[in-house]
Amino acid sequence: MIPRYQTILFALLLAASVVMGVVLWQLRERAHQRLLHGEDSAPTQAPQVAPAEQATLLVASDADNSLLTQVQTLPLPQDPGSRARVILGKLLDLYAAPETTHPVPGGAASVAQVFLLPAPALNPSPVIEGGRDAAEGVEGPAVASQRALLASKSPQPDGPQLAVVNLTSAFVAGHPSGIEPETLTVLSICGTLHANLPRITQVRFLVDGLPRPTLAGHTDLTRTYLAADAVPTEGVHP
Amino acid sequence: MYRRALTALFATAATFTLAQAPPVPQPSPAPPQPRFLVLLDAAHGGDDPGGHLFDQPEKAFTLALSVRLRSLLGARGIQVLTTRESDSTIDPNRRAEIANHANAQACLSLHATETGSGVHLFASSLPPAPPTRFPAWKTAQSAFITRSLALAGVVNSALLHAGLTVTLGRTGLPAVDSMTCPAIAVEIAPDRSPGYDPADSFNDPAYQARVAEALAAALLEWKTEARQP
Repeated sequence: MIPRYQTILFALLLAASVVMGVVLWQLRERAHQRLLHGEDSAPTQAPQVAPAEQATLLVASDADNSLLTQVQTLPLPQDPGSRARVILGKLLDLYAAPETTHPVPGGAASVAQVFLLPAPALNPSPVIEGGRDAAEGVEGPAVASQRALLASKSPQPDGPQLAVVNLTSAFVAGHPSGIEPETLTVLSICGTLHANLPRITQVRFLVDGLPRPTLAGHTDLTRTYLAADAVPTEGVHP
Repeated sequence: MYRRALTALFATAATFTLAQAPPVPQPSPAPPQPRFLVLLDAAHGGDDPGGHLFDQPEKAFTLALSVRLRSLLGARGIQVLTTRESDSTIDPNRRAEIANHANAQACLSLHATETGSGVHLFASSLPPAPPTRFPAWKTAQSAFITRSLALAGVVNSALLHAGLTVTLGRTGLPAVDSMTCPAIAVEIAPDRSPGYDPADSFNDPAYQARVAEALAAALLEWKTEARQP
């Protein structure tokens, strides 16, 4: 036989639990509504229409393994990083078009960011952490980031720049596999950046903000590419 | 006890006598021919299928080509070492290690792609550098760039002679960049001749045989060039 006071206590506790559950649910709903109201999607700055300018694109052609120069007119922002991103977006839009000479899905959204940093010197001293990576023209991610950090402490306003192109994983996942298509994509990005922003002398790649060994199983994405090397001198084979 | 001591005494005396004997004149051996070894690296394998070649993975095609080429080279008296003989996963660094330990005179990294046409030949895009005693791992190929470009030229000539379309290029390929031998990447693309379905290329034994025969001829030519002083 359960004593009467225990039955009453149980009933009270049960009622308290139900009340607390309801209150908790209402608090959660209130917090959710507050968050939704907090996300003010109204523009805080009037959109500016950038003036249309000419941009030089180095468009890859799978048929003959070449980069062909193409001049496009498009609105370009003044900020160099944003400018580089818009130009690369246009290049990748061409590759995503149906009648392209170098089919790669993804388009402009494949370039998440382009960061411009002071270019590190390419003659590293032999004593560097991770010496296996250190060599002329090619560095591991750790060494390169260390160098970029060191170089950024003494920036030269008109000095050469390192462009870090952050691609999306969706672009990399959809990229055709093969030495030729991967190499052409990398070289066309490097060459296009250098053609429009001549201060960019070196290019590195990230995928979703992280270093990645290869683009689609072949071309090395861990090395620093010299942008000038990608520009064809006679418009043919890089 | 005495018998054992006597045996040891006789053995010592015999050794001493042989050591004192005048040396028998031996015919001077011919100078040894430098060993000519080709490394065939069938790209991908195991967990890494590589690209898709219409209806087969790249790893299967490169392995089949490696086996075919090994047989052709063996028939021509060329010693061959392969990085893999089965569908196994091999790290790019391990491939370079195998090549570097073998001290091969030619290293071919075999690939295939649906893109483009004919055969794509790639040498490393590293800048040439003089050989050093302790080269950096990721740029070890720098000291061999000149030889690698010469090898690409020989292979290019043989492929053109066989009537194949060839494109030449430079690239950054992790395994090749670490090899300390004349190294090129050979990428087989579909045959896009008029009236020929490119999708059939990777299943057509005649196309594969034509490519493999041309590569074997090129390596025989490379061997001849290597033997010349």
